[in-house]
Amino acid sequence: MSNQGIASSLPDRGYLTEKGFHSWAFTLDHKRIGILYICTTLGFFLLGGTLAMLLRLKLLVPGPAFFSDHTYNVLFTMHGAMMIFLFIIPAIPSSLGNFFIPLLIGTRDVAFPRLNLFSYWIFVAGILVTIGSLVSPMDTGWTFYTPYSAQTSAAVTTLCFGLFLVGMSSILTGLNFIVTIHTMRAPGMNWYRLPLFIWGMYATSVIQVLSTPVIGITFILLAAERLFGVGFFDPAKGGDPLLFQHFFWFYSHPVVYVMILPAMGIVSEVIPVFARKPIFGYKAIAFSALAIAFIGFLVWGHHMFVSGMSTVSGIIFSFLTFFVAVPTGIKIFNWIATLYRGSISFESPMLYALTFIFLFIIGGLTGLFLGSLATDVHVHDTYFLVAHFHYTMMGGTVMGLFAGLHYWFPKMTGRMLNEGWAKSAWWLIVTGFNVTFFPMFILGMQGMPRRYAEYPAKYQPLNIVATVGSWFLALGILIMFANFVRSLRGGTPAPDNPWQGLTLEWSTSSPPPEENFHEIPTVTDWPYSYGKKTRHERGK
Amino acid sequence: MASKHADHKGAPVAARLGIWAFLATELLLFGGLFTAYAEFRLAHPDLFHQEHLKLNRLLGALNTVLLLTSSLTMAVGIAAIRQGRQRVLKVCLALTLALAGGFLFIKYLEWSEDFSHGLFPASNLFFGLYFMMTGLHGIHVLVGMAVMVWLLVRARQGAFSPDYSTPVEITDLYWHFVDLVWIYLFPLLYLVG
Repeated sequence: MSNQGIASSLPDRGYLTEKGFHSWAFTLDHKRIGILYICTTLGFFLLGGTLAMLLRLKLLVPGPAFFSDHTYNVLFTMHGAMMIFLFIIPAIPSSLGNFFIPLLIGTRDVAFPRLNLFSYWIFVAGILVTIGSLVSPMDTGWTFYTPYSAQTSAAVTTLCFGLFLVGMSSILTGLNFIVTIHTMRAPGMNWYRLPLFIWGMYATSVIQVLSTPVIGITFILLAAERLFGVGFFDPAKGGDPLLFQHFFWFYSHPVVYVMILPAMGIVSEVIPVFARKPIFGYKAIAFSALAIAFIGFLVWGHHMFVSGMSTVSGIIFSFLTFFVAVPTGIKIFNWIATLYRGSISFESPMLYALTFIFLFIIGGLTGLFLGSLATDVHVHDTYFLVAHFHYTMMGGTVMGLFAGLHYWFPKMTGRMLNEGWAKSAWWLIVTGFNVTFFPMFILGMQGMPRRYAEYPAKYQPLNIVATVGSWFLALGILIMFANFVRSLRGGTPAPDNPWQGLTLEWSTSSPPPEENFHEIPTVTDWPYSYGKKTRHERGK
Repeated sequence: MASKHADHKGAPVAARLGIWAFLATELLLFGGLFTAYAEFRLAHPDLFHQEHLKLNRLLGALNTVLLLTSSLTMAVGIAAIRQGRQRVLKVCLALTLALAGGFLFIKYLEWSEDFSHGLFPASNLFFGLYFMMTGLHGIHVLVGMAVMVWLLVRARQGAFSPDYSTPVEITDLYWHFVDLVWIYLFPLLYLVG
């Protein structure tokens, strides 16, 4: 890197100095790979969001409108599959995780840079195969339940193969991060001096490595069912459709923690910076991430209360499900305790972090309604469920992602975002989100089932409210992206440490040089000594 | 498993941690099949007993011997390169490859025999499991062989030494894992009580 060599009129472009396709496609730099993931996943966020807008538009009217019911089925399947597999699972781990794990632990790259690039390209290959399945688009819902998925003429086999590749990318990324966090920490960076985002990412990676292969074998078996007529999930051949659901949720429940834990990590970084206070309960937050990852493996059966699972299993799974709420609650109380008597400033990253807490409390608590056997029988597969997981996934993970993007934008690009635009976008997003999804709780309690193109007319008023809300939400997101693009081109150059953060990424330039740090830092303290009371070794 | 030779460092921590994490994912990949096996065998014990009689126990046993021996040659190869004996490593890699090839050849004979008797993955749950499990395992053997060909090429170029044997070490761990899976597959499929 020639930092002095560049003409003095231009700001230092750091790792972004080199230009051209080759410098991106074959880069081994974790930061560039992170940026590739950010662009890819955000692209699918916009695409999946557009599909959601079409779905909401259709639901303005109870009867047939705009497009056929089959198209509606295809659209909600694509919205779900795209948002889950191509956006929200890799959204924070592979993008911000790739960019910031090495920076936060004070090293020059991940443990296996070539494997990292391979992960990205196998992700792209998976996407291409997945797109190939659109020749005969899926109409199964993103859960691919058998026996329908084994019989439909849609291109399930192709999609299985595509998502298998995407899963492989996820496994290899998780593996890379585990090894990086174990072996590449800067001198003096012991486990209790790790930023909490790293703890979150560590727990996330463990889940990715241990749960993703199970969906892999599920996809293989589903493909075998379709290609060779193996009857594992076919009761006519002695097989068991419930086995598919067990396999599917053994991955797909833990993976919701792949979605949420990194977001919780971001919130744990943002809150102390903007409250100017040391994080409260560092160890409790760190270990609750591991606890969520562990307990998360034991609760998958709560997706199957009404699938014909035995009552005893139901009771056990219900009980275990309540357990996940405990470490989650611990985190939320600790964030609130960090805020208490803090010197809070409301810049855009903080606004999104606080929104995360507010919305995730609603999403998390309604999860308990669904985790209780009796209430679940009433509200399962209704809009109550749709509202619940959009409050956790969009209100949680996506708000966490937005917090992270606003927090780290100056570091990643060397440009500041326009705060005015960011705040207008935030107002629209928060308002639009609640107007869109809160009515769904009520609709669900009233009994409106999900995944139907048409519905009884009595549900129309609240559906209109939700659809109108979705327009505000979409407008807010568009303004946010416009702000990204605009700031990228002409934003004020960012100082190295615009938020006065203490984690290591702020100690290097914005954007960081290719080697991250000119000199590898030596760590002597935990990164949360904000405010007047500097407590050395608080973490110990 | 890789033994801890007194004055030998072995692969770097990162590579070892990486391969163990990878083996954990492999374990869960096969875990799905073992779970399906457990469920279906509990549900249909008679079917499993009847159908497993159609497998060629002798060839299965011979394959077990081949694969176990290949683990031995691989382990000897590791021990050799740790002492800097390049030639022994090359011989051992070639032997391992040959044994793995023999394993796949016998598997091919077995499958051909099954097909000629009209036994296919769709025949019943037992044969569904049999073909899926041995098939997935066979793919792992193939991948292992591909890596070993690469190791052999590198070894002929003199790439490995007591100071640098990481690729051999991690392939060794992978190969033992593949072997271990077979050690479970053989009794579960061929020796149903």
